[in-house]
Amino acid sequence: MAQRLTGLVSGRREGTSPVLGSPESRRRALRARRLRRGGLALTLVAPAALTYFLFVVRPIAQTVQYSFYDWNGVTPSTWVGLANYVALFHDPELSGSIVNAFELIIFFSFVPVILGLFTANTIRGFATSRLAVVARTVLFLPQIIPLVAAGIMWSWQMSTNGLVNQVFRLIGLDGIARAWLGDFDTALPAVGVIGAWVLFGLCMLLLLAGMTKIDPGLYEAARIDGAGPLREFVSITLPSLRQEVVVCVTVTVIAALASFDIVYISTQGGPGNSTLVPGLEIYYLAFFQREVGQASALAVALMALVLAVVLPLQWLNREGDS
Amino acid sequence: MIVSRRERWLGQILLIILMIVTIMPFVSLFVTALHKSGTYPAGLSWPDTPHWGNFVDAFKAAEMGQLLWSSVLIEIGVVPVALLISTLAGFALGQLRPPGGRAVFIAFLLGLTLPFEGIIIPLYYQMRDFGLLNTRWAIILPLLGLYMPFAVFWMRAHFINIPDDISEAARIDGANLWQLFWRIHVPLSMPALSSLAILLFLWTWNQFLLAVVLVDDPTQRTMAGALGAFQGQWGTDIPLLCAGSLLILTPTLLVFLIFQRRFVSALLQGSLKG
Repeated sequence: MAQRLTGLVSGRREGTSPVLGSPESRRRALRARRLRRGGLALTLVAPAALTYFLFVVRPIAQTVQYSFYDWNGVTPSTWVGLANYVALFHDPELSGSIVNAFELIIFFSFVPVILGLFTANTIRGFATSRLAVVARTVLFLPQIIPLVAAGIMWSWQMSTNGLVNQVFRLIGLDGIARAWLGDFDTALPAVGVIGAWVLFGLCMLLLLAGMTKIDPGLYEAARIDGAGPLREFVSITLPSLRQEVVVCVTVTVIAALASFDIVYISTQGGPGNSTLVPGLEIYYLAFFQREVGQASALAVALMALVLAVVLPLQWLNREGDS
Repeated sequence: MIVSRRERWLGQILLIILMIVTIMPFVSLFVTALHKSGTYPAGLSWPDTPHWGNFVDAFKAAEMGQLLWSSVLIEIGVVPVALLISTLAGFALGQLRPPGGRAVFIAFLLGLTLPFEGIIIPLYYQMRDFGLLNTRWAIILPLLGLYMPFAVFWMRAHFINIPDDISEAARIDGANLWQLFWRIHVPLSMPALSSLAILLFLWTWNQFLLAVVLVDDPTQRTMAGALGAFQGQWGTDIPLLCAGSLLILTPTLLVFLIFQRRFVSALLQGSLKG
């Protein structure tokens, strides 16, 4: 189709060009058309650009602006310079929330990606069987339900009477049964498990989709050369999956750093501040404790952190392409 | 492909275990919802007499009818408009490629990974100044802006892969820009558009942060926001909470099961491009 059109176009173009006259006037006409088209094109971008500017760019600038002030949201604000940023390092509640977010990365990111790699590699051989097709749908369920629902479900699973403890009692581990989300030592990992449950299916399917694109001939050749499954995985699968792994890590790391819904529902940041994350702390500071400036500084730090993690990953991906 | 029987067996067992882990919370939610309201049952136990009435009670307590309507209104406010303006922008940036278009595109890209918490504070004051707090507009308008980086990125990626010759040919046949867009490019973009529509629908339905901060009244919120409020109100009555959660989940699950193939591929593509 495209080729046929090309032929058609070039034929007509030759036919019409003499009408345009001298090369000079033709160039001018072309430029005028480009400019007119350019103006028109920018008009078409305008609605999207306007909403983006109004509800994203301007708020980002305002967040930065607020972060230099001490403001309770009502009375006039006072300029405090970098004090709000200094507090991010000195106030244990604030710095703790950032540390917690990084700990969540272990569960939100490493667990789904590693488990996903392992699973996808194991089922690669029968990815088109009926069981695998059913699994595709089932494992995807956590990804489409609201995170709030995942939070409610798992709060119930992990409560004293819940399913998790039932299973532990069933296999004779009565000793470790507890209210997982209410215990200082286990609350953060328990929140992490919820995140891992949500994100595992997405990672696994992304990785599996990447694996099915690998030429099966490579595996055949490796087997003939006597490579075991481990060798196969390290030498063939992993290098071919760079892009998919980077994507999984990017998505899940953002989910960990910017987590809000799950924590809000399952622990509200408690017990103590053991599961407090930046998203939740921003919400509390800005809308309950009325420390808008401090909350904004944390918001700026959160945005910067996400960029600091994402940009190197994207660069890694770009390197892989060239 | 050469796969030994043992590997296949192991893989199938692993897959079944993972499916059980994924499904169990849903099952537990369901059987718990059948217990007598106000009791505190074990995680997974079939009640002596299933109390199906819990679903009716939860439907009334959660004001499900109103919630559904509110979510639908928000979806109507967000999805078509976001699709239209991002398609226009993607078309302009990917096909017409105006001077300065690259800079505009990079500006959009910068918002791609923005955590919503980063700008929620100014959004609150902005909505207050507009007098839109506690209305659905407070969710609709910011979402339009917040979706633009991804939506424009997505549509531009689609348009940039369409050969220029198609536009060129249509132009020579006398189509103006308007006709070129609506008659040629929009029909050609249907697969990309429908995937984007699914993603935007899902993200809007599940949006929680904006709902919690900007709208107090649960009946003006998204489904996810309403579920949060429902938990706050009925959190101590476990069977009722479970029944309510299931009811609120049902529409998403139904839509997913109907369009599952499109959903999975849309979400996979969505994260790959994002």
